[in-house]
Amino acid sequence: MGNNNKRIFSRAALLAGTAAALLITQAAQAATLDEVKSRGQVRCGVSDGLAGFSNPDANGAWQGIDVEVCRGVAAAVLNDPKKIAFAPLTAKERFTALQSGEVDLLSRNTTWTASRDNSMGLNFTGVTFYDGQGFMVRKDLGISSAKELDGASVCVAAGTTTELNLADYFRANNMQYQAVSFDESSQTAAGFDSGRCDVLTSDSSQLAALRLQLQNPDSVVILPERISKEPLGPVVRQGDDQWFDIVKWSLYAMVDAEELGITSANVDQMRDNPPNPDVARLLGKDGNFGEQIGLSNDWAYQIIKKVGNYGEVYAKTVGADSPLKIERGLNALWNNGGIMYAPPVR
Amino acid sequence: MLRPSTSIPRRGRGPLWRDPAIRALVAQAVLLIVLALVIGLLIHNTLLNLEARGIRTGFDFLEGRAGFPISQALLEYTSDSTYGHTFLIGLLNTLLVSALGIVAATLIGFAVGIARLSPNWLLSRLATCYVELFRNIPLLLQILFWYFAVLRSLPSPRQSLSLFDAFYFNVRGMVMPGPETQAGFSATPIALLIAIVVTIGLVIFNRRRQAQTGQRLPVGWIGLGLIAGLPAVVFVLSGSPLHWNVPELTGFNFRGGVQVLPELLALWVALSVYTAAFIAEIVRSGIQSVPHGQVEAANALSLSSGVTLRKVVIPQAMRVIVPQMTSQYLNLIKNSSLATAIGYPDLVAVFAGTTLNQTGQAIEIIAMTMAVYLVISLVVSFLMNIYNARVAIKER
Repeated sequence: MGNNNKRIFSRAALLAGTAAALLITQAAQAATLDEVKSRGQVRCGVSDGLAGFSNPDANGAWQGIDVEVCRGVAAAVLNDPKKIAFAPLTAKERFTALQSGEVDLLSRNTTWTASRDNSMGLNFTGVTFYDGQGFMVRKDLGISSAKELDGASVCVAAGTTTELNLADYFRANNMQYQAVSFDESSQTAAGFDSGRCDVLTSDSSQLAALRLQLQNPDSVVILPERISKEPLGPVVRQGDDQWFDIVKWSLYAMVDAEELGITSANVDQMRDNPPNPDVARLLGKDGNFGEQIGLSNDWAYQIIKKVGNYGEVYAKTVGADSPLKIERGLNALWNNGGIMYAPPVR
Repeated sequence: MLRPSTSIPRRGRGPLWRDPAIRALVAQAVLLIVLALVIGLLIHNTLLNLEARGIRTGFDFLEGRAGFPISQALLEYTSDSTYGHTFLIGLLNTLLVSALGIVAATLIGFAVGIARLSPNWLLSRLATCYVELFRNIPLLLQILFWYFAVLRSLPSPRQSLSLFDAFYFNVRGMVMPGPETQAGFSATPIALLIAIVVTIGLVIFNRRRQAQTGQRLPVGWIGLGLIAGLPAVVFVLSGSPLHWNVPELTGFNFRGGVQVLPELLALWVALSVYTAAFIAEIVRSGIQSVPHGQVEAANALSLSSGVTLRKVVIPQAMRVIVPQMTSQYLNLIKNSSLATAIGYPDLVAVFAGTTLNQTGQAIEIIAMTMAVYLVISLVVSFLMNIYNARVAIKER
C-alpha cells in the first residue's frame, strides 16, 4: 500500500510537472532521433500494468506486445533492444506525458481516434492490435448478453474511449447504468472483484488479462458482444516526421517479416542467402531503406534478430504461448484471414 | 500654541532622481512592467509552442459534449452535457464532500479535544489514542482503508443489511428513503423559517434583558421547542404532504430512494476522522491556553461547570483555536482531491482527470482547477478571518 501511496503522489506531481513543462519548453524541438541517439536510450510510455501488453515480470523486466514494439524501435535505432527507459503511465497521464516530451513514444494499448490524432498534437503510427470493447460479468448472475445489463453498476477506467463507448452503447439500447470510474486498471479490476460493480468493461483483450488477476477466474464470463472498434497502436508527437517514420516502419518491418517468413531464428541465414528480392530489401542487402529514415541499412535485421517478427511477438505475449491465449482473429495477416497488413519495403 | 510640523522642510528642489518618493515609484513601476512582460512572454511562447505542436488551445472545449456519465451529480447531468457542465458537477461534488467533512471534523474534533482534558482517565486516554492513531497515518492510506477494507466487507445488494426495511447497507453504499413532496408541503419550510427567525429574536432579546436585569430565560430549550415543534405542528395540520419513496430491490440494484455512494462515505469518513485528530489538538491547546485562574475565578462566583466552559473558557480559547482551524479547513478542502484514488467524482477526478484526457488541453484545465482551489480557499480564509476578528481580543 505504501508503494501505491507513493505512486499516486508521484503521478499527481508528474501531471502538474508536465503541464508546467508544456508551459515553458522552447518552440524549436530538437529531432527526437538525435536526442535518443545522444541519450543512448528510448523513453517509452507503457501501461501501469496490463498482462500481455505491458507488465513487469517476476524479475521486474517489462513484458508484453506493447513493450516489444518499444524494443523494436530501440533495436532499430540503437541496435540494442534493452536500451529503453520504461515509464508506466495511467490512462489519464499518458497524453500529457507524451505531449510534454517525458517519453519519446507511447506504446500503451491506446485507441486510435480522430480527436486524439487531430487535436492533441499527436500522431498514431499504426496498429499493434485490433481490439473491441467487451463486458465481463460474474457467472452466477446468469447473464448471457450485454442487452440484459439494464440497471447494472459498471466499473470502467477513467479517461478512456471505453468510458465514452459505454455511455453511447447504453443510451443506444435505452438502458440505465451507473459508472464507477477508477484511475488504474488494477483498481478497476479490484472494484469488480469486490462486488462494487456487476460489470467490468474494457477492451476484450484487457478483459482476458484482467480475468487472470481475479481471485477466481472461472467465476466470471466475458459476454459475446463487441461494442466498438479499438485499434491500439503506438503514438508519437506531431511535428517530427523522421521519428514518426521510424516508429511506423519499425512495426511494419515486424509485420512484413512475418509475411516473408523471416523469424529471429532464420534471419541470419535469410540475410546471407536472400531467397527473393523482398527479403533482400527488408534486411538491407539491397537499397538504402534504412538511410532514408536516418538509420543504418540493417535496421530491420536488428529488429527481427533481437525482437522477432510480429507473429513471434504475438504468440509470446498474448497468443498461443502466453497465458492469455487470444486467437489471432483480426490480428492475423491479411493473407491469412485477418487485417494485419504492412506496406511493402520498396 | 504649538503645532507639530506636518512636513520636513525641503532642502530646495533637487533633480527628480534625488527624490526618494519618486525613485520608489519608478522602481515599482519598472518592476511591474518587467513582470508583465515576462508573463506576457510566457503566455505568448506557450501559445506558439502549442500551435507548433498542433495542440488545440482556448476554452472552446467547455462547449463540447462530454460523452461520459458521472456517478454522483447534484444537478441534472447526462453524457450529453458539456464539459463546462462536467466542471460544475465536479466542483459541486468537491464542495459537498468538503462541507460535510468540515462539519463532521469540527464536531468530532471538539468532542475529542475536550475529552482529552477530561478528568476521567479512560475517556482522556481513549481520546489520546484516537489523536495519535489517526493523525499519524497518511490520509491516502486511511481513505483506501475505509473504501477497500471497510466497505468491501459489506454484503452484495441482494443480501443487504437493512434497518427498518428502509435503510439498506451494501457494497454499493447506502440506500435510504427519499422524500417526495406533495401539494401543500411548502407551509412546513416556511414554518421552520419563522421558528428560526423568532428564536434568533428571542436570543437577542434575552441577551439585552440579561444585561439590564441579570435574569436569563432558558432560551436554548424554548428555541429547540420552537424549531422542532412549529414545523411539526404545521406539517400535521396541512395533512402530512410528504411521501417517502422507499427503495426496492429490482434486478441488479435498488430503484427509488436516495443512494449514497460508498466512495462519498469512505472519503467523508476518512477526511473527517483525519482532520478531527488535528482539530482535537488545536482545541486542547486552546483550552489549556486559558489561565487556570479564570476557571478558579468562575468557580469562586459559583458558576456551574457548564457555564464556566461555555462562557469563560471557550470564548477565550477561541482566540487561539480559530486561526489554526482555518488552516485545517483549508487542508481538508485540498485533501478532498485525493478522491480520485477511490473513484469519487470530484473536480480533480472528472475535470482534471477524465476531461483532460478526453480533450488533451492540459494547460487550460490544470489552470482552471488550480484557480478553483485557490478561490475556494481564499473565500474560506476570508470568512474565517471575519469570524476571527469577532472573537479576537477587543482592545479598548
